[in-house]
Amino acid sequence: MPAAAVRPLAAVRKWIGRWGLIVALLALPVYYGIRDLTHGYSSGFVNGHAVINHDLTQLGFNLVSGVSNGSIWALIAMGYTLVYGIIELINFAHGDVFMIGSFVAVGLYASFGLTATTGAFGLVGGLLLTLIVAMFVCGSLNVLIERVAYRPLRGAPKLAPLITAVGFSFILQNVGLLWKGGSPVGVPDLINQNKTVFKISGVIIHRADVLAIAVTVPLVFALTWFIGRTRAGRAMRATAQDPEAARLMGINVNSTISLTFMLGGMLAGAAGIVYALYETNVWYFQGFEAGLIAFTAAVMGGIGNVRGAVLGGIIIGCIQQLSDSRLGPQWTPAVVFGYLILVMVLRPRGLLGEETREAG
Amino acid sequence: MSDAERPPDEVRSEVSVHKGQAPEREGVTRASRSKEPAAGLGPGQFTAQMREWRDAFERRLPPWWSRALGAVLIVFAILLPFFFTQTSGFLNATIISLAYVVMALGLNIVVGFAGLLDLGYVAFYALGAYSVGWFGSGFFFNEHIHVGASHIQNTLPGIHLNFLLIVVCAVVIAALAGIIIGLPTLRLRSDYIAIVTLAFGEIVRVFAINGQSIHLGGGQTLTAGNLGIPAVDLPYFPVIGSFNLLKLRPWYWLILALMLVVLFVNLRLRDSRLGRAWVALREDEVAAVSMGIPAVRTKLLAYAIGATFGGVSGAFLGAYFTTVNAGQFAFSFSIFVLAMIIVGGLGSIWGAVLGALLLSYTNYYLIPDVFNDIPSKIGLNFNLTQLSFGIFGFLLVLVMVLRPQGLFPERRRRLELTGDIAAEDAQLVESQTAV
Repeated sequence: MPAAAVRPLAAVRKWIGRWGLIVALLALPVYYGIRDLTHGYSSGFVNGHAVINHDLTQLGFNLVSGVSNGSIWALIAMGYTLVYGIIELINFAHGDVFMIGSFVAVGLYASFGLTATTGAFGLVGGLLLTLIVAMFVCGSLNVLIERVAYRPLRGAPKLAPLITAVGFSFILQNVGLLWKGGSPVGVPDLINQNKTVFKISGVIIHRADVLAIAVTVPLVFALTWFIGRTRAGRAMRATAQDPEAARLMGINVNSTISLTFMLGGMLAGAAGIVYALYETNVWYFQGFEAGLIAFTAAVMGGIGNVRGAVLGGIIIGCIQQLSDSRLGPQWTPAVVFGYLILVMVLRPRGLLGEETREAG
Repeated sequence: MSDAERPPDEVRSEVSVHKGQAPEREGVTRASRSKEPAAGLGPGQFTAQMREWRDAFERRLPPWWSRALGAVLIVFAILLPFFFTQTSGFLNATIISLAYVVMALGLNIVVGFAGLLDLGYVAFYALGAYSVGWFGSGFFFNEHIHVGASHIQNTLPGIHLNFLLIVVCAVVIAALAGIIIGLPTLRLRSDYIAIVTLAFGEIVRVFAINGQSIHLGGGQTLTAGNLGIPAVDLPYFPVIGSFNLLKLRPWYWLILALMLVVLFVNLRLRDSRLGRAWVALREDEVAAVSMGIPAVRTKLLAYAIGATFGGVSGAFLGAYFTTVNAGQFAFSFSIFVLAMIIVGGLGSIWGAVLGALLLSYTNYYLIPDVFNDIPSKIGLNFNLTQLSFGIFGFLLVLVMVLRPQGLFPERRRRLELTGDIAAEDAQLVESQTAV
């Protein structure tokens, strides 16, 4: 019977459609976890002999750094997803706005007199001020770019603003190149990022991890509150759904779009300072790389969807850390993009579903 | 309009002929006059008047004028290298620019005709270049395969095929890769297609860089990574002899010939059944499928054919640069080619040609060779090459803001932008019912 032959196939398909992605995403940590337990891994040398451990500490460490690193990507990815949601533009300049945020933050260390020896109180105050200034600078820069390069192209063919975005990305990269030169520049390790804060069953949590999560989580909540609860946020959602109808309802579409770019730029600025403290080096090309990763995160989570962007960022951070420590960093982009293709094949609208005009 | 009385084919050929020759004046004026070029809907009366004048001008020309102009252009292109020395920087830039024209024409099929935003076009460049590296050098030193190679090459180890055979290999490899890249994107919408193709481009790049650690047995590896496969064979043809890098004219004619073939194929494809199927899918996939267009096959053919041209151009550039280095295959390359076709006018063949020439001359000739002296001449002490991408980015922004539809927009898109599409469609329906 042909029908009977087809039915199990359909069941398999359905199963893959529902669980395939979860299985694929869990495959990497589970595989390496089992490997660590059975084969063990070397955790350093004592008296010339490799110490072989058979536990999950390394995996835990990978996942903790993955989450903290991923929260930086999440901050950038939210900017991508906000902009895409509202004007359906892949804002290629966004990563470079993030890079400028890092540069501004590093420049402000010197102006506020922050060094590695500044006292705790002065440090926290100075960094908060730096954070606010960097967010404001990046937000304004993003609004300016929108005004100059995207607004004149509203109603133009869909890909025209993509090219002006690329143009601005080149301009900002050039600014970065002239500002700090063509190779990574070390910046003062203000927070002593490698210092252990606490240990959970052998997994060390560094200050950098705490910092990244401490900056990201409040910002994510603030953003979701802003979009979900305030009048301006409602205007943003309305514009994203249907700009024409929003205009008829008395919403100023142009200023709503500017506001969206402001928010996206502010998140990128926050990511910029966290990145500078976390990685303790900056360079002009960081924005391009981070932009690519963050865009991937936004798409993976479902473009236009803020929660999806956060989830995508954290998943990509974990995949990166696992791949960095097990396969070697040179293979990481291939692993990340391989996973992205898998997500797209198994769930074409991203993990949490897209929230755009065409999605309805 | 007198256009209404003529059959649609005639109208189409005249307009497309016009597109190749003179820039549309009314578009420029509209963009500079109106406060909002974004809308693209200038004062209708004014544009209509301009169009009438233009049509009147075209009607006065003899019917063979477009062919004559084409012939003159081709003869000029063939004679061009005689105005420059064999090693001039301009000739070098022209050769690279023509290779980019081939790439742009290929990408235009995928993005312009079929509307599938492809950000991973660099993959096909890489595969084309690697087919030269693999099949036209001593890289696989354990093999001894020689087909149609020169006498010197025949004595060397490795695989040495004739350049034309390598181009065939590049075509086959790139087309297969195009289909593989196309398969997972079939269910996706445009921007998701963009990211999936981008992902493939990056994966190809990562494999190119790390190919050194992929062993194929006998000490041979997949690629030479960032060190590059050195000393790729120079093209050799039985009667003409071997090319060399001190005489650039043969290289120029080779790429010109490749470019003309690709251009001809493109022009024929655009008006073919397949070309119209691509445009139909781009405009409305549901409607196109319900009219019986096989979506899967049509899309995959777009990827495969677009990839083919990228492979051809990649093979040429690999041979011309005489080395195949993984560092050449960055994501920015895909963006560069995409910028060419969008600046030129998406979907328009002459736009792709013009955009490719414009951007690659700017990048490879104007900024490094011509403008570079300006700061020192006006007494500033800095090197302009430091600003090269900034200038390039600024030009991209400027061109797109002044002319959002591109320099030579595709006829159909131009009509959409000027709001005449409905009238045009009505007219087509009318003329078809009359027949």
